[in-house]
Amino acid sequence: MEPTTHIPWIASRLWLIPLLPFLAGGVSALLPRRYRKLSAGLAIGAIGISTLLSFCALAESILRGLQPHAGQQWSAMQTHEVWHWLTEFTWFSYGTTSLKMGFVLDPLTAAMVIMVSFVSMLIFIYSLGYMDRDKNFTRFFTFLSLFAGAMLGLVVANNLLLFFACWELVGLASYLLIGFWYHRPSAAAAAKKAFLVTKLGDIGFFAGLLWLYHATGTLQFYTPDHTGALEQATALAGLPGIMGLSLAGTIALLIFCGAVGKSGQWPLHVWLPDAMEGPTPVSALIHAATMVAAGVFLVARTYPLFQASPQVLTLVAWIGAFTAVMAATIAVAQNDIKRILAYSTVSQLGYMVMGLGVGGMAAAMFHLLMHGFFKALLFLGAGSVIHGCHNEQDVFKMGGVKKHMPLTFWTYIVGTLALAGIFPLAGFWSKDEVLTAAFNWGSGWFHKGPFVLGCIGVFLTAFYMWRQVCLVFLGEYRGDKAKAGHKHVGHEEAETQHETVPGAPHESPTVMTVPLIVLAIFSAFMGFSGLPEHANLIHHFLNPEHAPHNVNWFVIATASALAFAGLGLGHLLYGLKPLAADEPDPLKAKLGKLREFCRDKWYWDEIYEATVVRFANIASVVVDFGDRLLDGATVGLGLLARGLSLINDKFDERAINRCFDGGCGSVRLMGRCFAALQDGRVQSYLRLVAVAAALLAFWFFLK
Amino acid sequence: MTTLAHFQILASLLFAIGLFGAVTRRNAIIVLLSIEIMFNAANLSLVAFWRYSPHPEQLSGVMFAIFGIAISAAEAAVGLALVIVIYRYYKSIQVDEMRTLKG
Amino acid sequence: MEENSHILSWLTFTPLIGALVIALLPKRNEFAARGVALFASIIALLEAISLWSRFDGAYPGLQFVEQTPWILAIHADYFVGVDGLSILMVLLTAMLMPVALLASASIAKHVRSYYALMLAVQTGLFGVFTALSFFHWFIFWEAGLIPMIFIIKLWGSDGAERAALKFFFYTLVGSVALLLAFQAIYLATGTWNFIELRDLASGGALATKLAALLKQMGMNVTPEAAGMALFVGVFLGFAIKVPIWPFHTWLPDAYTKAPTAGSMILTGVLSKMGVYGFLRILLPIFPHEFAACATPLAWLAMLTIVLGAVAAMAQLDLKRMIAYSSVNHVGYCILGIVAVAHAAGGTSANVNWVNEKAAALNGAILQMFNHGITAAALFMMIGFIEERTGRRGIEDFGGLRTVAPVFAGLFGIAAMASIGLPGLNNFVGEFMIFKGAWPVITPMTALSLIGLLATAVYLLTFIQRVFCGPLNERWAKFPDLGTRELLATAPLVALMFIVGIFPAPFINLTNAAAMRLVELYQPAVKAVAQLTGM
Repeated sequence: MEPTTHIPWIASRLWLIPLLPFLAGGVSALLPRRYRKLSAGLAIGAIGISTLLSFCALAESILRGLQPHAGQQWSAMQTHEVWHWLTEFTWFSYGTTSLKMGFVLDPLTAAMVIMVSFVSMLIFIYSLGYMDRDKNFTRFFTFLSLFAGAMLGLVVANNLLLFFACWELVGLASYLLIGFWYHRPSAAAAAKKAFLVTKLGDIGFFAGLLWLYHATGTLQFYTPDHTGALEQATALAGLPGIMGLSLAGTIALLIFCGAVGKSGQWPLHVWLPDAMEGPTPVSALIHAATMVAAGVFLVARTYPLFQASPQVLTLVAWIGAFTAVMAATIAVAQNDIKRILAYSTVSQLGYMVMGLGVGGMAAAMFHLLMHGFFKALLFLGAGSVIHGCHNEQDVFKMGGVKKHMPLTFWTYIVGTLALAGIFPLAGFWSKDEVLTAAFNWGSGWFHKGPFVLGCIGVFLTAFYMWRQVCLVFLGEYRGDKAKAGHKHVGHEEAETQHETVPGAPHESPTVMTVPLIVLAIFSAFMGFSGLPEHANLIHHFLNPEHAPHNVNWFVIATASALAFAGLGLGHLLYGLKPLAADEPDPLKAKLGKLREFCRDKWYWDEIYEATVVRFANIASVVVDFGDRLLDGATVGLGLLARGLSLINDKFDERAINRCFDGGCGSVRLMGRCFAALQDGRVQSYLRLVAVAAALLAFWFFLK
Repeated sequence: MTTLAHFQILASLLFAIGLFGAVTRRNAIIVLLSIEIMFNAANLSLVAFWRYSPHPEQLSGVMFAIFGIAISAAEAAVGLALVIVIYRYYKSIQVDEMRTLKG
Repeated sequence: MEENSHILSWLTFTPLIGALVIALLPKRNEFAARGVALFASIIALLEAISLWSRFDGAYPGLQFVEQTPWILAIHADYFVGVDGLSILMVLLTAMLMPVALLASASIAKHVRSYYALMLAVQTGLFGVFTALSFFHWFIFWEAGLIPMIFIIKLWGSDGAERAALKFFFYTLVGSVALLLAFQAIYLATGTWNFIELRDLASGGALATKLAALLKQMGMNVTPEAAGMALFVGVFLGFAIKVPIWPFHTWLPDAYTKAPTAGSMILTGVLSKMGVYGFLRILLPIFPHEFAACATPLAWLAMLTIVLGAVAAMAQLDLKRMIAYSSVNHVGYCILGIVAVAHAAGGTSANVNWVNEKAAALNGAILQMFNHGITAAALFMMIGFIEERTGRRGIEDFGGLRTVAPVFAGLFGIAAMASIGLPGLNNFVGEFMIFKGAWPVITPMTALSLIGLLATAVYLLTFIQRVFCGPLNERWAKFPDLGTRELLATAPLVALMFIVGIFPAPFINLTNAAAMRLVELYQPAVKAVAQLTGM
């Protein structure tokens, strides 16, 4: 693996970042279950070193961006230059060519890799506490390491096939971890559903990959001589594809299928809420912060292809905007603390995808990074609450948790406000970026649509988050205190239960609260890396080709006003007069059927059950039946042959044999006469011989 | 002096005796003995023909006879073995009871 | 390369010697029979490894050739050799047999006959994969099949007799078609030699000679028609063996009813005989005919892939499910092979097309090897389940992972390999096939992608129903894998990782020969391309 030019140490050793967690996972896969500490130590050690290396990569990248260039003053982030540090290796050769793979360090990688490794590390540590009593603790860290390795591999890959390979492996890790409590049928079913739904998208991705490979002759994103697949995007835009799209557009569309599946966009969003069957750290890491964002990252990575096709970008924008609002409406009517967050994740991913679609790649990535921090924070906070409330997940059975778990409460508030987009937390800046990009997309209702939908989403987000905070933390504890203690087979698994005194919720151990605090600090202050105007470091860093937007006070004012309106409405309904135990959701009276529609997730699951799943089942039964028919036909052919042979047999018997039988009859009769001579006595034969000899002699002498 | 005819008459008599025994006696062993007598009658006849032939120095008849004796000895051995087996199987050596070869 | 080392003959007949030794053993000594069989198969494996280590992957032609006149009257030679097309199959055969024998511990009746027959099958397989002359190739072809029929019949589960009979008749039809076709070829050309026939065919002389022969017999046909008639005959022979839809209905029964090791060898290697026939005989000897028929054949390959996978989704018998999965996976090989012969891009001077086709062919060969490993592992593990519980219905189990975590883990790896997870073996072959076939036969390849999804559906359902969920209390005493079983499973699983992560050594073995075959096809492909205006 030779570096292609002179590049920094870390850029040529980038493969170490995914390799270490992979190795840790491989080793702990072979460890027997009892080596709990070793397994966790390996996993956390590996991800720790990876985090350090990622930090080196980020630092090198920032330094690279700061370097003055010819003809330019010291111009901080103003260099309009795209750069990559590449390494390359050959996976195998075929024909007269070979399949090259490689790693890339560029701003996109650097920003993503640090977020992924850092959040992973925090969640690994958190899991130490959360999974403490699980009997498959060792396996949990194996899977987590596998996930971290694959996810980091995906980020540093400079090759679409390597990307795809890691992409599938994160899917596998997600499958294994959703189904971690495999003895629960719901978990096993959710794991299968997640794998299959994302696989459906991956089929499109794979087709796009194949097509891209043929069209460009390589799968490297970038090559030193600028013939990488992405660097040929403009050429592909001139070739015809399918459905009136250019070839670049077709490939982009197919690749986007993969992103839709992985990032839980409509119409393939249905797996993500079910994925909450997994342990909460998994939900935080995989199904909120990192893996689900991989789809967005994929689009960002292959953005040149998308840029070459405005039609596809439009589709991307609308799918994102629709998903953002749809998921937000569903989140409003959910009762399960993790499901609310899951739909919130789908909604936020919708924002990112919308950002990509409207041309704000840097904005989308900024939102992705910020979302990674605050959504991980929220999930871990929710995990802490669930842990503290004896594995209760229904927000209507919580309440008043604030006084028992102050640390969790305050960090949760930070996360909520960040997600709602309240100044000056991370979500404010990043969401503002996305909305500004959407606002500037174009004119006319068609191009303003995503912006309007995005604004509605802001309001809903603020509302459902505040609803959740009020229900969980304010008022009085509504759970059954007496029962809580021995509720051993609640939602979470019995093995994870801590021996708690029955009754009131309790604060989580330090190993769980420290990651919360760290994430809260990041959620609060990371947003300043993306201030609008000239100080927008992230934007300059990620996308130096395009100047960042100016401050759009209209967007900021609208979004902030809507966010505060959402919070206010939430407080009005749930905060002012905290609910008593068994009191119904106030929304029930206000929204009626509409609430049911949202609570039942717009019936997507039922629609798919009635169409796709039923079609697949019927198809399989029909094919199986067809096979049996085919088999029956061959058996029938055999029977026909046998029937013919029977007829033939009869013909032989009746017609041909009878003639022969007549002839044979006379022969047999004759035989019977002669048989009388042969009575079996040797002596009578001898006698016959003697008489014959005597007669012969007599005749001989007479002559 | 004894002529060829004497030998031939003796041989025919012996043969007739053997044949009579083989055809009439029911005991398998006697039948075998009778067959041996017939063999020896033939041998005697062969040797006699040789002795009175124009080229007695060629030893042809003697060779014939010696072969005959050797074969009859082997045949007697096989025959006796068969008789023993038959006896074991049927508990009898009465040849007229052996009728399984009947056509 | 050493001259006259006779390593191929030794390799071929080592299992047969083992079988003879077993035949001479005293009747009651079953333990010795097992030992001798395992020993013989391991010797064969060592010989195969030695062959592999001396094999030169960069050389496109035949290596370790042995040729001696055998039956002079019909010009039949004993003619063997290996090249890139066959070396992986020889290795696969050598490798799977010890594993299959290890998985045969539950065989209780007629132990000696069983092991002798298994070894006889192996000799047949080695013969098929090394023979270069039709005459003795065919002998080995049958020699591999007939013991297998007995293995299915005598040691199979309920209904095995019927399955064996069906297997026998289908195979017979295929063999007869093959035999007749080659009789005609021999009468026309006077040779059984695959290599000579290939050279004759590429110039078009084969079809001309056939037409001349038929003219002598009073039939006036064009060379094209004569060639096509023979192509159809030979194709039928192999299509049944592969099997290609719609000739596949013998397979689910035979694979399901056969004893575990029988299923392993059937799916692992015997099904590759048909694909190998495509590579060794049908492709080289009928270039023009194959190129002309490539489009319908591509549709058949697509149907094999998709219908195989979709039918597997409906199965309630685990073994039957994996049997259908075999239909699906072998379909990928055929897709790759058809891509080589397809005319698309034939008139293009772009070297890229040759490379695409080389990728497809390499992928098809690798896929044969990979599927051999993966499917054998799956069948073996289902066999373990059946030995323990006597059942194999998908609804009979549940939660087995609780009691047998190692088993569940290894099964999961094999299932994931079968699904085509990157990092495991099947992905590499399937990727190369799809990569090569995509530009050549885009619609069929695109539809074949459905097969990938359907495979995931049924295998995940399998895992969900059997290993996940609450433990079925009936199997609370279900033991995890024992040492013998681990010993049989571990090499297969290790190979899945090795091929999946470092495929280069394997592709280097096949690439030169594949490249040569692809180049051999260029004239035929060009001709068809010009004809159809592609």
